[in-house]
Amino acid sequence: MTAASDLDSFRSEISEWVQSNFPSALKGFDLGADSSSEKGVRGEFTAWRQALADKGWGTPTWPKEYGGAGLSDPEAKVIRQEIAKAGAFNPIPPMTGMGVTMVGPTILEYGTDEQKAKHLPGIASGEVRWCLGLSEPNAGSDLASLSTKAVDEGDAFILNGQKIWTSGAHISQWCGAVVRTDPKAKKRDGISFVMLPMDQKGVETRLIKLISGASPFCETFFSDARADKSDLLGDLNDGWSVVKRLLQHERQSQTSAPAAVKIDQEPLQEQAKRYVGTLEDGTLADPDLRLRVVENLMDAEAHKLTVSRITAEARGQVKVSAAASILKNSMTRVAQTKAELTLEMMGNQGIGWEGEQFSDDELRSVRDWLMGKAMSIYGGSAEIQNNIISKNILGLPETTQQG
Amino acid sequence: MAALTEEQTLIKDQATSWASAEAPVSRFRAMRNEGNEVGFAEPTWVSMVEMGWTGILVPEEYGGSDLGYLTFGLVLEELGKQLAASPLFASAYVGATALLLAGTDAQKSSHLPRIVDGSAIVTLAVDEGPRHAPARTALEAKSQGEKYVLTGSKTLVLEGMSATHFLVVARSAGKAGDAQGLSLFIIPADAAGLSRRPMKTMDSRGYAELNFNGVEVSDADLMGPAGQAGEVLDEILDRARAGVGAEMLGVGSQAFAMTLDYLKTRKQFGAVIGSFQALGHRAAELFAAMELARSCGEAALQEIDAQTNSVAKACSLSKAKVGDFLHTMSNQLIQIHGGIGMTDEFDAGLYLKRARVLETLYGNQAYHRDRYARLLGF
Repeated sequence: MTAASDLDSFRSEISEWVQSNFPSALKGFDLGADSSSEKGVRGEFTAWRQALADKGWGTPTWPKEYGGAGLSDPEAKVIRQEIAKAGAFNPIPPMTGMGVTMVGPTILEYGTDEQKAKHLPGIASGEVRWCLGLSEPNAGSDLASLSTKAVDEGDAFILNGQKIWTSGAHISQWCGAVVRTDPKAKKRDGISFVMLPMDQKGVETRLIKLISGASPFCETFFSDARADKSDLLGDLNDGWSVVKRLLQHERQSQTSAPAAVKIDQEPLQEQAKRYVGTLEDGTLADPDLRLRVVENLMDAEAHKLTVSRITAEARGQVKVSAAASILKNSMTRVAQTKAELTLEMMGNQGIGWEGEQFSDDELRSVRDWLMGKAMSIYGGSAEIQNNIISKNILGLPETTQQG
Repeated sequence: MAALTEEQTLIKDQATSWASAEAPVSRFRAMRNEGNEVGFAEPTWVSMVEMGWTGILVPEEYGGSDLGYLTFGLVLEELGKQLAASPLFASAYVGATALLLAGTDAQKSSHLPRIVDGSAIVTLAVDEGPRHAPARTALEAKSQGEKYVLTGSKTLVLEGMSATHFLVVARSAGKAGDAQGLSLFIIPADAAGLSRRPMKTMDSRGYAELNFNGVEVSDADLMGPAGQAGEVLDEILDRARAGVGAEMLGVGSQAFAMTLDYLKTRKQFGAVIGSFQALGHRAAELFAAMELARSCGEAALQEIDAQTNSVAKACSLSKAKVGDFLHTMSNQLIQIHGGIGMTDEFDAGLYLKRARVLETLYGNQAYHRDRYARLLGF
């Protein structure tokens, strides 16, 4: 077999390319921080993004004609690994908002050739940022009860209504929205998925402040906003299947640690030792906390092993699977518990809001803990994931479709 | 399920069909009802030997097939689903592992072929008190010239009533609690001064309590250097823990399957009870816990086969996480079945009882959480 050796030579090719193209000025650049950290290295940042985009390596598995590199999942993994190994990063997915993780894969599946050619290259190059208009104030977990209306006006739909939790809407160029196109049909049958530019008179966004402070979440108001008919994704009134698929991609993207999490983070047990101290035998001075820390570490390992097991079972073919609901819930639990434990071990230093009495790390831990509460709510709440597991995997009866 | 080789798939399928046809849980129940002292039915054991499962870990030069731990784990899991009782695990898994890791060439040559052909049942005797704590071994091995004299006792020795040989952890130096000073001996069950008594446990399997009253053994029965068995004992126990993890996956997944089936068929308030969200979500949580536990259980066996340097961590993770899942699952097996689950006539109780014994063996969840933390240095 030459497959393994092919992958090896591919790996050295990538490694060399990253070494010579990744600007040293970007080493240690924190993608997760706000955009002000970009100042001073903007030129290098753009050059690095463009270099990756030219190769199609920002979205390596997408077809070449749409800005990808037409590579296999194992090859894409090599690219991810080599980029990480060099201390570099792939800025394209975060720069496109929901573009690379959710909108792109859904367009690849449901889009016409014209739609693919129109929308995918901008995502693949990291130049067009997308938001999603899914939830509404009265349609959260019960998404299909949404009421934003789209009326057929010849070559366009005219949208009226309000969306909420549209992450990054204030800085996005495009929006994918689910809208009601047939108010008389049963609730899942009258929905369509449209794409519309954000820069137009009928679209207004407002940032939402959260318990953790500033956030990327917005409210988005459509007042006679316009979506071209050519930007209807999937069939008219079949938007529910499009959005279901889109949400599967969302769950899939939330089954592992977010890209912004630093890999060189101090291990939880070391942090605990630093704040709590140790006994003579080297164990943590707080035995109750010790037990809960070790449980969290074991749960994290179990999650990691499950991700690799599912990948191995799929023989390298990473597919959107039903297991995503299990992984999303387990990832959430591990991360939320870890955030709680971090605050607990910091004690008096783990309750700070602002000011110099607290280290940056301590202040960030508080904000992260609060923000982390959203993990079990967005992308289908923990309860919705359990509905999916019980119905789709275990074959138990539907429990949420009374009427 | 891990990505399996063709051979592993074959053996797993063989174990599945054999266990459901030849050793279903009804066979185990019949054995229990007889009050069988050794804790297994002879024909069941003979068939297992004939199928070659006793040689899965044993190299070909000693008559085995050397297929590794994951393969053995697949068999243990399938047997666990039916609660099939036999000395397979105690002798061909733990006993063979101990001989392979700690035995001299002479000991391997004389015992391994007999483990494979079923004429010897070799079992490890480690625990002495209510808690699994190898370092607290007190059974004394006093050196007298070219021999040792053993005095003390052992408890919960797997297949202890049917065993032909015991692998005995003894203290030849230091005091109970020291990690150092342990020695491992292989001793025939009929040695003078060695007596055994059956222990009737809730899982109706075969266990014995051993009493060593000045049992004389020779240097040739010592496995490895005297006083230095601590490290290899850890390695043996880790492999044993991963094996228990595999059986626990089987017991737990069967308990899950029975529960899911009941959720789909039992009707109350005019609907199958699985249509109630409280129960649907409970099933979803149990299923997720099972999937996570499976990853830990299989990873431990794979790490043993690959001889990684993190086998100890992987085995503690397996014992703790699969144990946690099985604990919850076996309780929910009873709870969701309601009144019928409380009756002896229904099988749920058999699974619950086996679950608790497996959780206890070679360190319960608490033991392994503590050990995992120590291995991580805190």
